Amino acid sequence: MLEWFDQRLGVVNFAKVMMTEYWIPKNINFLWAMGVLLTVLFTFLLVSGIFLLMYYKPDVNLAFDSVNYTIMQEVAYGWLFRHIHAVGASVVFLVIYIHMFTGIYYGSYKKGREMIWISGMLLFVLFSAEGFSGYMLPWGQMSYWAAYVITEIFGGIPVIGDELVVWIRGNFYVSDATLTRFFMLHVLLIPLLILGAIAFHFYALRFPHVNNEDGEFFDFDEEAEKYKAGKKKESKVVPFWPVFLSKDFFVLGFFMLFFFYLVFFHYGFAMDAINFDKADGLKTPAHIYPEWYFLWSYEVLRGFFFEIAGISGKDLGLIAFGIANAIFFFMPWLDRSPMVKPANKRPYFKYWFWFMMVDLIVLTIYGKLPPTGANAWVGFASSLTFLTLFALLPFITKAEAKKVGGK
Amino acid sequence: MKEFKILAVIVALVGITYYGIEPYAHHVMHPEVAPADFTFKDLKNVDTSIAGNPENGKVLVEANCIACHSIETAGHPQMMPNADAAASYGVVPPDLSGAGWIYDKNYLANFIFDPVSAMKLQHKYTPESGKQFPMPSYNWMSAQEIMDIVAYLQSIAPKAKSGTESHKNTFEAACGRCHSMAYAGLESTTPPDVIKNYMGATPPDLSQYIKSRGEHYLYSFINDPQVLLPGTSMPRTGLNQKAQEEVIAYMEEIGDRKKAERESLGLYVMLYTAVFALLAWAWKRKIWSEVH
Repeated sequence: MLEWFDQRLGVVNFAKVMMTEYWIPKNINFLWAMGVLLTVLFTFLLVSGIFLLMYYKPDVNLAFDSVNYTIMQEVAYGWLFRHIHAVGASVVFLVIYIHMFTGIYYGSYKKGREMIWISGMLLFVLFSAEGFSGYMLPWGQMSYWAAYVITEIFGGIPVIGDELVVWIRGNFYVSDATLTRFFMLHVLLIPLLILGAIAFHFYALRFPHVNNEDGEFFDFDEEAEKYKAGKKKESKVVPFWPVFLSKDFFVLGFFMLFFFYLVFFHYGFAMDAINFDKADGLKTPAHIYPEWYFLWSYEVLRGFFFEIAGISGKDLGLIAFGIANAIFFFMPWLDRSPMVKPANKRPYFKYWFWFMMVDLIVLTIYGKLPPTGANAWVGFASSLTFLTLFALLPFITKAEAKKVGGK
Repeated sequence: MKEFKILAVIVALVGITYYGIEPYAHHVMHPEVAPADFTFKDLKNVDTSIAGNPENGKVLVEANCIACHSIETAGHPQMMPNADAAASYGVVPPDLSGAGWIYDKNYLANFIFDPVSAMKLQHKYTPESGKQFPMPSYNWMSAQEIMDIVAYLQSIAPKAKSGTESHKNTFEAACGRCHSMAYAGLESTTPPDVIKNYMGATPPDLSQYIKSRGEHYLYSFINDPQVLLPGTSMPRTGLNQKAQEEVIAYMEEIGDRKKAERESLGLYVMLYTAVFALLAWAWKRKIWSEVH
């Protein structure tokens, strides 16, 4: 049986290349399991999404009740699929951020691994678009007003801004045309791009190999030979299957315990209460805020609330927002120190890293709070800090490279 | 050990962020308000310590109330269909069968004395507005007479029942004249266009209010709408604590119908996942013992 398939598909060799002789460094911790966690979460989102798609109706008159009545109350376990989908969408960003900052902490974007980083950032952007378009579909108050505010942002682009907003919305305001096209984006175009980008991300990982906990460089072929020769304890690598995955399954098990706790007992953070009011274009909610994973960049957008040097706060915010969303792509070139080491073993970069973490947390928290009084100034200061940290990064890392003498 | 340290750092960072964007932000955006007051102690027009005489109350009710109000359980049926009643009064007048049971005694007595101040709608029925609440004040009655009426209404009120059916009855009596509940198939007994004219805006459908407002908010809001939404035309309805809890229970039964299923299934899924996690851990230890 196996032979029959092997003659036609070369499955034995394929399994070797993809699994049993795909080598991963041994010197890793549980943060290296985030990729598998993300793959599993994406599968959860895909499957629960397919079930939701069978009952969801992309029409402004039907959408709200198709979600909150048909799916949540009528369809057997429809509520479970919605909870998995909503909580999964939120948690996937948590794991993406952990994955991303693991990469930054261990310098896994550096020379040789740039394409892994870029394809990962591409996935981040695609997931953001997927999250944003999906959030509109239940057609609640926050769906409507977040869509209104975010599409309005494009109006700030010079010359074409106003026309661009109409083009995106398919109308002069957020309407049925907007809902239907965001539905298409959410269930077809963006998922297709995500699938492609995931394949590319895995492919990009194949040749430069996975980084390890100490950033140590070694010859994978040599270490693989040791492993195959039976010197398993001595070798610095392990095969993807079963050794690497056994650790991932273990991490996955405990992560799923946390995930299902959220799905069944603590889902409010992912299903905003305001969104259980049907969209009403004539009634603006008292507080409009995006989902938590967009808060930091939203705060950079609104952090600039006053005119500086003749440029309006709105335009400054938009420029800063544009930079914030693009700047992480350039990490491999902004970090000019060739040192591949965990941040805490790098003399200057460690300060940059932890300052950045603190600043992002401040931005996230103040992105949700009403931007009044002192809050507005904290927002301004933390937005400015964000931009400044990135402006300083090349100089800090250059100085670091000098200090350690290229090591 | 090192892995636990990493985990602790991540848990701390995520925990701080979570605290900031959920409990703390919620606290900032929705500050705590005065707790619900089911004694309605601001209402002092009637001395409610007076013992009422239900027999005299019956005479007073038949002379003063049944021209507009039905009392189905006491043999006073509704005079006209809901649509006509709504057209005549602006809103369908409540049936008084359950009044002695769902309304607080102090509230009910003071409501009869002066409905507008009991409902806290003085801002709506100002002399300049030209609007008048359809029920007149009975402030010409003595406290004894008012307490007689209250005693009568309490004497005819149905005995307390429990379960969804009774929650539904309470909801319909307390909310159903103005609010619809589409997910329960209930439409307001006052037709929507009439109630819109009467209230100034269509009162919201309450199907999902248990989710959009939450139990905590509803508990304060129903007790005194002006505290959380100053200027709203929703009246303070004067429900006693038990009736209010029944209303909220009904909103949960309709708006979060799958709660029981969710919570019981949740335990099984977590148990299953825990078994998976432990097996995965054991397998990982076995596999890695060969390479470490």
